[in-house]
Amino acid sequence: MAALWNQPDVQVAVWALLKVGIILNGMLILVSYMIFAERKIAGHMQARTGPNRVGWFGFMQPWADVLKLFFKEEFIPAEANRVIFHIAPMLAVIPALVTFAVVPFGPGPALVGADVNVGLLVFLAMSSLGVYAITLGGWASNNKYALLGGLRSSAQMISYELAMGLSTIGVLMLAGSLSLVDIVHAQSKVAHVFGLPIPGWYVLYQPVAFVIFMITALAETNRAPFDLPEAEGELVAGFHTEYSSMKFGLFFLGEFMNVISISCIAVTLFLGGWNGPGPASLGLLWFALKLALLLFFFIWIRWTYPRLRYDQLMNLGWKVLLPLALANIVLTAIAIQWVSGAAG
Amino acid sequence: MIFLFAGFAALLVASSLLVVLHRNPVTSALFLVLAFCSLGGIYLLLQAEFVALVQVIVYAGAIMVLFLFVIMYLNLRQDVERGVQTAIRRGLGWLVGAVLLAEAFALIAKRWQVGPVSGGPEMLEGNTQAIGRALYTRYLFPFEITSLLLLVAMIGVIVIAKGRGGTAAADDSAEEKP
Repeated sequence: MAALWNQPDVQVAVWALLKVGIILNGMLILVSYMIFAERKIAGHMQARTGPNRVGWFGFMQPWADVLKLFFKEEFIPAEANRVIFHIAPMLAVIPALVTFAVVPFGPGPALVGADVNVGLLVFLAMSSLGVYAITLGGWASNNKYALLGGLRSSAQMISYELAMGLSTIGVLMLAGSLSLVDIVHAQSKVAHVFGLPIPGWYVLYQPVAFVIFMITALAETNRAPFDLPEAEGELVAGFHTEYSSMKFGLFFLGEFMNVISISCIAVTLFLGGWNGPGPASLGLLWFALKLALLLFFFIWIRWTYPRLRYDQLMNLGWKVLLPLALANIVLTAIAIQWVSGAAG
Repeated sequence: MIFLFAGFAALLVASSLLVVLHRNPVTSALFLVLAFCSLGGIYLLLQAEFVALVQVIVYAGAIMVLFLFVIMYLNLRQDVERGVQTAIRRGLGWLVGAVLLAEAFALIAKRWQVGPVSGGPEMLEGNTQAIGRALYTRYLFPFEITSLLLLVAMIGVIVIAKGRGGTAAADDSAEEKP
């Protein structure tokens, strides 16, 4: 037994499995309580109380919801493509979960799943694979509303992926690395302007990129005001019209998990990750606080803005966000050259 | 390492075969996505992490989504082939396949080493930097030519899409973009 444990491969595998277990369970709980928070906040925004019957102030509501989803009848349309119909909900969850592998939750190797030197590309790859779930789910249902929802989503996500990828390039140029841990380290410098400490967070150096990233994040996660794939006024429920029971639950889970993973990336890229005042051991707390702030922002936006029209969506993506992101890259390059020229 | 390689290679071969052999075009396209992902895995084992992820982003994430989009839009449930065309295509396929198989046997006979290339100096800084440096110094001209070609293709697509029918108003052109 000890001989087995002494092999480095075995140790790596055990640590990886442990981290996977913690992240998986942690994220499931986080997602269920984010749904609870969303219902509560939506309730208070609309001058009602939200769920408050199950448990203390309704805190057991997520568990009741999950149990209900498990025990619902599962229905599969007769003409559906059964295999793809089953695979699509899984594809909604897996890419979102894989992203957490590269998110640095705090300082130190124990709090990072895997510090790979192309962490940002892992995130971009996974967000680009996220399109398949909705497109395939919509197609396999063999339902015209679901198909329309799926096609809309693929058009929307392809359009906004470009602007999202380009908006992260400014951060890359400043940090000079694709590793998310290096990007957080690069933001740890504190500048002093007139005696006031100014954190080195990239949101201060790349405000345009941050705004573009957050708008495209809303579109990539299909949240309102970009929830056209499931616009209930025109498409019944869009791509998940035919899904019931836990398959619908998986789509739901995938959407919220995507929101959390994209918020984690936004915290890492723009809000300084685990950096904050106080000792380094508070890093996890700072990360959690910033994450909570962004998650609240997502909920806040959803219950504030009405849905965009399809042509408005495409115009915003292609004619506003994409040129802005490109201009931001050019301006950042000029600024970096200027500063390094002045310093050298 | 060798187990991972065998796994990815087997997945790649199996999914590539299914791309060709499966009847349903959507399923074929999905197996092609799987093939691209397992190819990415093999790149990763060769310590080419940048190429691996760009492979997934570009091929699996962008190009295949567009393929799938077109297949679904045209609603091709079964791929229908008949007549002389099929015979020609099958014949060409067998010919090319035989040539590739012969090449594969010739390559296997040379006894290649499996595994990552043992590093030159550029391996130490990670291959993202190495690729960037190579692209902007040694291969700058081909790189610029390629980007010019892509720009021309983009402009061409927009001109063709706008010109058809002559009724393309400013507002409905936005809807046709994807």
